[in-house]
Amino acid sequence: MMRRDECFRKLAEHRGEAIVVAAYTSAFEWVAIDPSPLNFVSVGAMGQASSHALGLAIGLPGRRIVVLDGDGSLLMNLGSLVTIAEAGPENLIHFVVENGTYEANGGHPIPGRGRVDFAGFARDAGYPEVHSFDGLNRFSAMLPELLSARGPVFGCLKVEPGPPPEYDYEMLHSPRMRAAFREAIRPFLGGGQ
Amino acid sequence: MRDDDTPLGSEIVDAFKAARVGHVAALPDIVTSGGILWRLAEDPFIRLIRLCKEDEGVSICAGLSYCDKRAVLLMQQTGLMDSLNAIRAVGMDYGLPICMAVGLLGKEPDRPASESASYGVRIIEPVLDAMGIDRLSIETSADVARLAPAIDRAYAESRPVVALIGRRIER
Repeated sequence: MMRRDECFRKLAEHRGEAIVVAAYTSAFEWVAIDPSPLNFVSVGAMGQASSHALGLAIGLPGRRIVVLDGDGSLLMNLGSLVTIAEAGPENLIHFVVENGTYEANGGHPIPGRGRVDFAGFARDAGYPEVHSFDGLNRFSAMLPELLSARGPVFGCLKVEPGPPPEYDYEMLHSPRMRAAFREAIRPFLGGGQ
Repeated sequence: MRDDDTPLGSEIVDAFKAARVGHVAALPDIVTSGGILWRLAEDPFIRLIRLCKEDEGVSICAGLSYCDKRAVLLMQQTGLMDSLNAIRAVGMDYGLPICMAVGLLGKEPDRPASESASYGVRIIEPVLDAMGIDRLSIETSADVARLAPAIDRAYAESRPVVALIGRRIER
């Protein structure tokens, strides 16, 4: 088992100019660890991070898009695994942070906690590269390879439920965050349809 | 039996292109399947993104909008109803140009949607109105002329729009 914040600190070391799409609890922790206008956290509704990321990956094929999904969030949009695999964005890396709980909503267990196999879901959905990590050393060692691999790549990060971050929903949904993101990706836009 | 003034699928796809739509996210809907979706599947200029569930399409279209890429979400009214929270959050709360083309399954061709015998059809316009979402009805070929300007306006004003397609588009 790993700690989410430790995983994120390792990811921050290797992130470069990747766009990071983060969902809810992961978003709060990620933004605190690696603040950047290239963080996209306004996913609107639970489950929608992976689909936003797919839109961004298709729209910005020259940029690396990293998703930090939650296990409860992904359960709400499992079909997105199939949609992403079908669309086949080579620049998309999809991490699900598996802590087995709805952490932002009282810590209740997700259905199937400990039994569902997120990496298996992704593999069967058709992701060409799938990994599962429960140790920080291996995750850290593989990060450079993951971040340069031809996607879509899926990585399940098995983490302990951690101390709650500061739940700043106003930040998450604020027009300021979206405007900053829009401005940050402007240099990457190449025109066309 | 198809009415003579029922829109052609090519007219609707051409309207998408006139509005510089380069991507369509879709789930099959029998109202639009033959004339629009199959046509899009073979179109070299519009990328079709096949969905498992309609609310994925709301977010995909949103993601594309940040990249200055125009998209349409093509679905049935059942999918629209299933996606209302995503549309509320992403389209309305965030103010993003989520453009939707929605086939009205069960709508009678000879009466307005609001007077349909089908509850599932009859409630669509009031639901959209309650949410403050712009809408237009596509019943005839003449109506298609309003489609590209509606998409242009959605992007210019960064707000959602729904085109309700009330007749089966077969070719």
